[in-house]
Amino acid sequence: MTHPPPLGLLAELTHRCPMACPYCSNPVELDRRSDELDTETWVRVFKEAADLGVLQLHLSGGEPTARADIVALTRGASEAGLYTNLITSGVNVTKARLEQLADAGLDHVQLSWQDIDPASADEIAGLDGAHDWKRQAARAVIELGLPLTINVVVHRRNIDRVADMIVAAHRAGARRIEVAHTQYYGWALANRAALLPTADQVEAAHAAVARIREELEPGILIDYVAPDHFSRWPKPCMNGWGRQSLNVTPRGKVLPCHAAESITGLTFWNVREHALREIWEESPAFTAYRGTEWMKEPCRSCPRKEIDFGGCRCQAFAWTGDAANTDPACEYSAHHAALEAAVAAPRSDTLTYRRFSAPRPALQD
Amino acid sequence: MSIAPDARPRLARGVRLHEDRVRGRTVLLAPERVLTPNASAIEILRRCTGALTFTEIVNELARTHQAERSRITIDAESLLTELANRRMVDL
Repeated sequence: MTHPPPLGLLAELTHRCPMACPYCSNPVELDRRSDELDTETWVRVFKEAADLGVLQLHLSGGEPTARADIVALTRGASEAGLYTNLITSGVNVTKARLEQLADAGLDHVQLSWQDIDPASADEIAGLDGAHDWKRQAARAVIELGLPLTINVVVHRRNIDRVADMIVAAHRAGARRIEVAHTQYYGWALANRAALLPTADQVEAAHAAVARIREELEPGILIDYVAPDHFSRWPKPCMNGWGRQSLNVTPRGKVLPCHAAESITGLTFWNVREHALREIWEESPAFTAYRGTEWMKEPCRSCPRKEIDFGGCRCQAFAWTGDAANTDPACEYSAHHAALEAAVAAPRSDTLTYRRFSAPRPALQD
Repeated sequence: MSIAPDARPRLARGVRLHEDRVRGRTVLLAPERVLTPNASAIEILRRCTGALTFTEIVNELARTHQAERSRITIDAESLLTELANRRMVDL
C-alpha cells in the first residue's frame, strides 16, 4: 500500500553544537561525529526525498554549520530541487559563511534566540557570548537579503519577556518569529521543574502575544505554539504520525519525529540500508501509528481523532508505557491527572545542560 | 487596500513557484509554508517578477484571457494584498 508522500524532511546533520540548551530536542544519547553520514550519503538522501515528494528540507542539528561540508550539502539539496531552510544557533556562523550558503541556493534562515536579556540568553545556552553571535548572525542574514525567521523556545525563565523578544525580532528585520513553548521530551523532560512556567505566566504570555500581534502584524508574522500542558486537548503532533514529515538522524536512522527513538520497541530503518521511499511506505516504525486504526479508546470513538490524531505518541509512551494510548495532555486521558500534578508540582532553579555523555568503555577487534 | 498602478509586485526573496512533479501541480514555496495556487493565481504570480507594473500585469492578463479588465484588477488586487500581508509578495 502506498501513502500520500511527505512534504518535509528534517535532516539532523550532526548532534554537535556549541550550545548546551537544557531543552534541546536532540535525544539524551547523542550521536558522535564518527557516526555521522558522509556528504555523498546525505546528498543521495536529498535526491531520494525530492523524488518521493518532499518539497521542503530543514538543515538542522545540533548546529548544522558544524559540518565542514555544509555548503556542499546545501548545494546538493538545492540542486535536488528542494526548498532549503537552515536552522541555526548562529554561533560561529560568519557573514562569509552565510554568503556561501546563499550562493549555494539556501532559501531561508531560522535563527534561534534564547532570550532578549543577553546574560539570561547566554546562561540558557550554556555559552558566554552566544547572544552576541546571534545578533551578528541576524544582521548578516538581513544584509544578504535572505528571509529570516527568529525561533524562540519559551519557558519559565524567559516567558515574561515574550513581547520584548517579538519587538526585538521585528527591529532586527525578521520576517517571521516562531514562539514555541518547550516540549517536554528528553533533555527538557529532565529539566521540567526548571523550565515549566506557571499557569499565570502562560496566561500573561498569551495576552502579551495577542497584544503585540495587533500592533506589529503583518510587519512581522508571529507563529505562536501554545503549550499542551496547559490545554484541554493535545497538540496535533507532527500533524499525524508518518503523515507529512520525516526526520533523519546524524547516523541515518529515519524517524517519524525527532523524539520517536524514546519509544522503545520500535524499529527504525537506516538510509544506509534502505531507500527513503521504502522506509516511508513500509518500515515498521512508520506504519505503527499511521492513520487511526491503531487507536484505542477514548481516541477511537473521539470526534477529534482526525484533528489531533490522539496527540503525541512519545508523550503517551513516556507517561503510560504504551504509545497507542491517548496523549496524557488530553483531558479524556486516564493519565491526565498525573500530568496535571506535574504542572502543579514545585519548580526548581537547577538546569541540567545538554552534553555528550562520557564514552562508554568498548573494545574493537 | 488598492495597489498602486505603477507598483511592481514581485515574489519576496525565499518565495518561489515550484513544479511539484510528484503531485502534478504548481506550488508556492515560502518559509515554513507550501501553498497551492489555482490556475488563475499562478498566471498572476508568474508575472510578479518586479519587471512589470501592476497595470501591465492586468493588461497582459486581460489580453491573453480576453477577460474584463475590471474583474482581473479586483482578483489580482485581492490575491496580491493577501500575499503581501503574509510577507510573500513585495509591492
